Amino acid sequence: MPVKLTIDGQEVEVEAGSTILQTADYMGIEIPRFCYHERLAIAGNCRMCLVEVEKSPKPVASCAMPVAEGMVVKTDTPMVKKAREGVLEFLLINHPLDCPICDQGGECDLQDETVAYGRGKSRFEENKRAVEDKDFGPNVKGTMTRCIHCTRCIRFITDVAGVPELGATGRGEHMEVGTYVEKALSSELSGNIVDLCPVGALTSRPYAFTARSWELKKTESVDVLDALGSAIRVDTRSNQVMRILPAINDDINEEWLGDKSRNSYDGLLRQRLDRPYVRNKKGKLEAASWGDALKAVAAKLTKAGGSKIAAIAGDLADAEAMVALKDLFTALGSANIDCRQDGAKIGGPRGSYIFNSGIAGIEEADALLLIGTNPRVEAPVLNARIRKRYLKGGFKVGAVGPAANLTYKHENFGDEAKILEAIASGKHDFAKVLKDAKRPMLIIGQGAVARADGDVILGLARKIAEATGMVTDGWNGFNMLHQAAARVGGLDLGFVPGKGGHDVAGILDGAEKGEIEVVYLLGADEIDMNRLGKAFVIYQGHHGDAGAHRADVVLPGAAYTEKGGTYVNTEGRVQVTRLAVFPPGEAKEDWKILRALAEVAGHAPGYDTIEQVRARLAQVNPVFGRLDELSPAAWEAFGAEGKVSGDAFAATIANYYMTDPISRASTTMAECTAAFVNTAAERTGTHG
Amino acid sequence: MTLHPEDQPWQPKSFAFTEANLAQAHKIIKRYPEGRQQSAVMPILDIVQRQEGWVSLAAMNLVGEMLDMAPMRVYEVATFYTMFHLKPVGKVHVQVCTNVPCQLRGSDDVVHACKKELGIGIGETTADGKFSLAEVECLGACVNAPVIWIGDDFYEDLDAGSTVKMIEAFKRGETPKAGSQTGRQTSAPAGGPTTLKDAGPTTLKGDA
Repeated sequence: MPVKLTIDGQEVEVEAGSTILQTADYMGIEIPRFCYHERLAIAGNCRMCLVEVEKSPKPVASCAMPVAEGMVVKTDTPMVKKAREGVLEFLLINHPLDCPICDQGGECDLQDETVAYGRGKSRFEENKRAVEDKDFGPNVKGTMTRCIHCTRCIRFITDVAGVPELGATGRGEHMEVGTYVEKALSSELSGNIVDLCPVGALTSRPYAFTARSWELKKTESVDVLDALGSAIRVDTRSNQVMRILPAINDDINEEWLGDKSRNSYDGLLRQRLDRPYVRNKKGKLEAASWGDALKAVAAKLTKAGGSKIAAIAGDLADAEAMVALKDLFTALGSANIDCRQDGAKIGGPRGSYIFNSGIAGIEEADALLLIGTNPRVEAPVLNARIRKRYLKGGFKVGAVGPAANLTYKHENFGDEAKILEAIASGKHDFAKVLKDAKRPMLIIGQGAVARADGDVILGLARKIAEATGMVTDGWNGFNMLHQAAARVGGLDLGFVPGKGGHDVAGILDGAEKGEIEVVYLLGADEIDMNRLGKAFVIYQGHHGDAGAHRADVVLPGAAYTEKGGTYVNTEGRVQVTRLAVFPPGEAKEDWKILRALAEVAGHAPGYDTIEQVRARLAQVNPVFGRLDELSPAAWEAFGAEGKVSGDAFAATIANYYMTDPISRASTTMAECTAAFVNTAAERTGTHG
Repeated sequence: MTLHPEDQPWQPKSFAFTEANLAQAHKIIKRYPEGRQQSAVMPILDIVQRQEGWVSLAAMNLVGEMLDMAPMRVYEVATFYTMFHLKPVGKVHVQVCTNVPCQLRGSDDVVHACKKELGIGIGETTADGKFSLAEVECLGACVNAPVIWIGDDFYEDLDAGSTVKMIEAFKRGETPKAGSQTGRQTSAPAGGPTTLKDAGPTTLKGDA
C-alpha cells in the first residue's frame, strides 16, 4: 500500500514500510549516515541521519523511522544541521586525528561528513580514549581506536557471512568491536567489512600504506578466480594493480567479493612469465625471441599434426584464446582438445552445464538440494546468497556430499552417490520436500561430475529435476556450479574433443604412451604434469606454475587484469574483462599469440582484430553475441543411464585460498592458508 | 597491553555445571519457547557466577553451546553487565558505592576503612583469596547511604566503625545481618517515626 508524504516540500508516494532515509535516497535527497547500509539490517545507532519531522518534538533517526501517511519531513533546517553537528562532535571526541596516516583518508565517510557538519574546533579537552588494535588475520587490519561503533562489520559477519565471530564487548566508553578472544576472522568474505567500515578502523591489510585512493586509476572489470564472474573494480597506479574491490552487480555478487578474488592481486606481480622461453639441448629453459619461440612451436605442431597433437585449456583461459586455439587445431587436423582439466563429464546441451535459475534466482527458490558441492569454498558470494534466502525462512536445504559448515542450517544425507538414486525414485524423504516446493532447485558441483560415473550422476540429477518439478514454465531449478571461470565459455564454444578426439584423460594416456607427441597447454596447470611423458609441451600462460615448469616452450600471456577477455560465468552470462594494466615485459594478449602462431604455422585465421575474434565467437555460438544477458537454455535430455559407483563424493577444494596460478603466487593467500587452512584441524566449529 | 581472555593464566581449561545447577539451568531454558532459548543466557550466566564465583571463558563457551548461540553473543552479554565478573574475585566481594549520595553520607570513610581492614586496594584480592574490593556505581539504595553490596545482600547506613565490624564478622566466617547497620527499620526515618506517631490503626474522618 503506498503512503504519501512530503520531504523538503516535495510530495512523494512510496510503499508503506519504507524508511524516511530510503525514501529520501529514492528522491535524491542526501542524508548523511554511518551505520545504515542498504544491504544490512537496520541498527539506528550512529544518529547521524537525524531529520526533523513535523509534530515530533525531537529530531528523528530517519534510517529507522518508517514513513507514515501525511508525514512532513525536513532535512535541511537549522535544527537538523545543529543536531547532526552535535552527533558528529560526539563521534569526533574519541576519533583520532590521524587522517594523514590513515588508509581510509580520501574515501572516508567520517572525513566527508566532517567537512559538511564538523565544527572548526573541538570543545573536548580531555584525553581521547585509546583501544588496543585487534588482529583480524591476513585480510583485515584493525585500528580500533578509529572505530565509531556503527556495527556494520558485526552485522555483515553475523548476517551475511554467517560466521558470528565479531561482536561488541563492554559498554559505554569501554565498548570495543572485536572478537573478544583473539582470532582471525574465518569467513571467506571477511574482506567486505573493509569496504563497509565508514572510517579507517578496518582497512585492508595487504593494501596497507601502499597507495592513496586519489592516485588510483579505476577500471571496472570481471573477476575470474571463481566461476561467478563477480563485478570488480581494479585500482591501479602506473602499471601495477594496487587493489581489487567489488563493484555492484545485483544479479551476481550484489556488492560482495570473496577474499581470494579480492586479495590475491599481489600474485599478479610474482612468478610472472614475461618473455618467451625455449628449452635448450641441456634441458634448461632459455630466453628466446617471440619469432624463434613461435617458429619452434609451429614446426613441432605441423610436423606431428593430426591425432598426435593435443590441446588443454586451463581454468583462466578467455574465450577469444580458446576459439583461436580451437581453430588452429581444427586447421591442423586434430580433435584432441579439452577444457575440462578435472575430467568433469559435462558438455552436453547448454542447459545441463549452466546455473539455469541464475544466481539471483536463488532468492526465489523454496527448497534446495546440493549435490557434491561446498558452495562456501567454491563460490563464497553465491553461498552468501543462499544464506540470504535461508534467513528469509521457508527454505529447506539438503546436501549430498562431504559434510561442511555452510553457514546455514541444512541436512546432510551423507556423501554417497547412491542417495541420489533414492531421491530420484522418490523413496527419499527429501524428494517429497522438493516435490512440495513451488520452486525447488538443485545445485550440482564439479565434485559430483568430475568422476568416472559423472555422466550417470548428471543423469540422476536430471531425473531428480524432472521428477520433482524443477523445470517448469518460467522456472528452471537445475543448476550447475562451476569452479573455473573459463569452463562454461569453453563448453559454449565447443572446446571439447571432436570426432575421434581424446579428452584430458585420453590426452594424458596418449602422452604417457607416446601416441601424442605435442601437448599445448593454454594456462592449464591443474593436470598431472608427470603423465605428459616425453611429449613436447607448449605452455601459454601468465604464471610460472606447474605447466611452465614442465614446458619445452613457454609463451607468456596476459592475466585477466591485462586484457579484454570474454568469460562466461556459471550462469551462462557472457562478460568481458577490461585491460587495467599492460602485460609485463614481452607478454601478449593470448588470442594474439595464437593468431601469430597460426600464421607462422601456415594456417592464418580470418581474424586480425579483437572485434573480428568476437564476431568469430558469435559465429561459433550466438550466446557470445549477447553480452551480460542470461539466455535461457532449452531443456533437453542429458546424462547417462547406469550404475553409480560406491565412491563417496569428495571435496574438490582443499584450500579455498589457493586454487589457481594467481592465488598460488600470492603471499596474502599464503598467509591466509597458514592462518585458516593449516590450522583447520585445531579449530572448532563456532557456528551455532 | 592487556591479556586476551584465552591467554589469562587464571582461566580454567574447562567448566562443568554441578548436577543441581545443570538441572536448574535446564529448568530456566524450558521457560522460553522453542528457538528462543537464548533468552536464558542471563539467568544461566548468573548460575555460573554462583558456582564459579565469576564467569570464565570456558563457562561462556559452554553456555553458548547449551543455548545454541555463538560464543561471541555470550561474551557480548557478559561484558555488557558489570555484575558479571570476568576475572576471579574473592569469596566475599565487597562492592562499595561511591556515587554522589553515598559520598555525601561518608562513603570515602567506608572505602578507607575497607582498604585498611582488608589490606588491599580497589580492584584487588587478598592473598588468601577470601576478600576482594570494588568500587561500584549507584546501587539504588541512596536512602540508606552509604551502601556496601556483598553477595545477595546490601549493608546500609555504614560508617567506618560499622564497616570494620561487618568485615570482621565475615573474617570470622559469619554472615552479618544485612540491611541497616544503625538498627533502623528498612528505610524508615533514622530517629524513629516522625509522623503517624499514634500506635494502632487510625480512623479516617467519615469512616464511622
